[in-house]
Amino acid sequence: MADGVTKVMDEDEIRRALRRIAHEIIERNKGAQNLVIIGVQSRGVPMAKRLADLISQIEGTDITVGSLNVALYRDDYATRSARTISATEISFDVTDKRVILVDEVLFTGRTTRAAMDAIMDLGRPSVIQLAVLIDRGHKELPIRADYVGKNLPTSTKEIVEVHWVETKGEDAVMIAK
Amino acid sequence: MKLKRKDILGLQDMSTEEIRLILDTAISHKGIISRPVKKVPILKGKSVCTLFYENSTRTRTSFEYAAKIMSADTTSISVAGSAITKGESFKDTLLTLEALGVDLFVIRHAAGGASHFAAKTVKSHVINAGDGMHEHPTQGLLDMLTILENKGKIEGLKVLIVGDIMHSRVARSNLWGLSKMGAEVRLCGPSTLLPAEVEKLPVKVFENLDEAIEGVDVVNVLRIQLERMDRGFFPSNREYAELFGVNKARLLRAKSDVTIMHPGPMNRGVEITADVADADFSVITDQVTNGLAVRMALLYLLLGGGGHVASA
Repeated sequence: MADGVTKVMDEDEIRRALRRIAHEIIERNKGAQNLVIIGVQSRGVPMAKRLADLISQIEGTDITVGSLNVALYRDDYATRSARTISATEISFDVTDKRVILVDEVLFTGRTTRAAMDAIMDLGRPSVIQLAVLIDRGHKELPIRADYVGKNLPTSTKEIVEVHWVETKGEDAVMIAK
Repeated sequence: MKLKRKDILGLQDMSTEEIRLILDTAISHKGIISRPVKKVPILKGKSVCTLFYENSTRTRTSFEYAAKIMSADTTSISVAGSAITKGESFKDTLLTLEALGVDLFVIRHAAGGASHFAAKTVKSHVINAGDGMHEHPTQGLLDMLTILENKGKIEGLKVLIVGDIMHSRVARSNLWGLSKMGAEVRLCGPSTLLPAEVEKLPVKVFENLDEAIEGVDVVNVLRIQLERMDRGFFPSNREYAELFGVNKARLLRAKSDVTIMHPGPMNRGVEITADVADADFSVITDQVTNGLAVRMALLYLLLGGGGHVASA
């Protein structure tokens, strides 16, 4: 491991956190009725799929998953370089659904703000709840997560990276100075 | 990925990477057009001005819709009804509009190179929406996007462009773009309507349509520009239709899954028969939708997504 990089969650801890969040989602929403899960591209998407699988197993019903591209809703496009964007894939109507919005890290809250605006343009969900693996603090907007895998106090200079098996070959949360 | 340029003036000087970036961005933006709320906030506060010295319905409307979907403000200036009729020069018109805060100009002009001149005159971005007989890059891009959607690729395809090549900026943008992306481009038209030095272009030239159409994947039928036909380039519309009109019988020589395109507006019965225009292998209305997606992508790449920053 390179200097200054620390692993703060390993595979087992991530698995347990996701399992707990899945149970909390079911408990809070009194089942999986009308539940849809939307991952924020790109790193929220693997987590959204995992949560959907877990909830499906527990409740014995299929859960619909979508993925959301928020690039066109960001407030900082002038200062960030454009990323290659893949299209939003939400093939269902979100109106009257209980939407669980999933992102890997909650930091300033600006991505979540953009994601909520993007979902509202697609319809009128009955509820939007936010699930994140890491809440690292330093929010710049009045936004909080409903489901948190781990609260991780950080300084703004640190970089928190979530690796998923699907894209990086392992499940891990790393923090770099 | 960034688009590292201020202006979109033509496809001749564009790299394959840039063309791919624009097409990929257009594909990801296309879904917005069919949403219940056709609006995203990304270009809020940006001003787009369409400055047209020639008539146009679809290109101008398409640019305006694209800008509105991306939440930019639009102004549209035409020659009639503007200070241009009082004798204001092209340069002064541009500088006046730039002083009013225009971030991006969309320009159509009868003189080739007009957009290049504009790009040097103003710091704002410029997109060429057709300059004389030179280029019409957004049409070239939307044609490529339509081919990509229908065939899954561009490389290795045989694409025939038939009609009035000489006057056609659509043909020029298409042949540059398609040949860069690895397609075989064929041109066919009356010899009076082929451009000078056509042999220097990266294309195969045919004067017989039946030979040209043999085995092609795509036929792009150009409009006979009736407004330019007063100088006797061919004897009559009827003779043109006989020799160069695209009809079902001729298409039997093309590949069985041939795709028909036309940049519009069509002269049914002249360059294309009505049954071909309305056939299910004709994608003429898809081209219009793809034009919107391509223009949204270009506005995003130039004004939004961290593209070339002109004055930040």
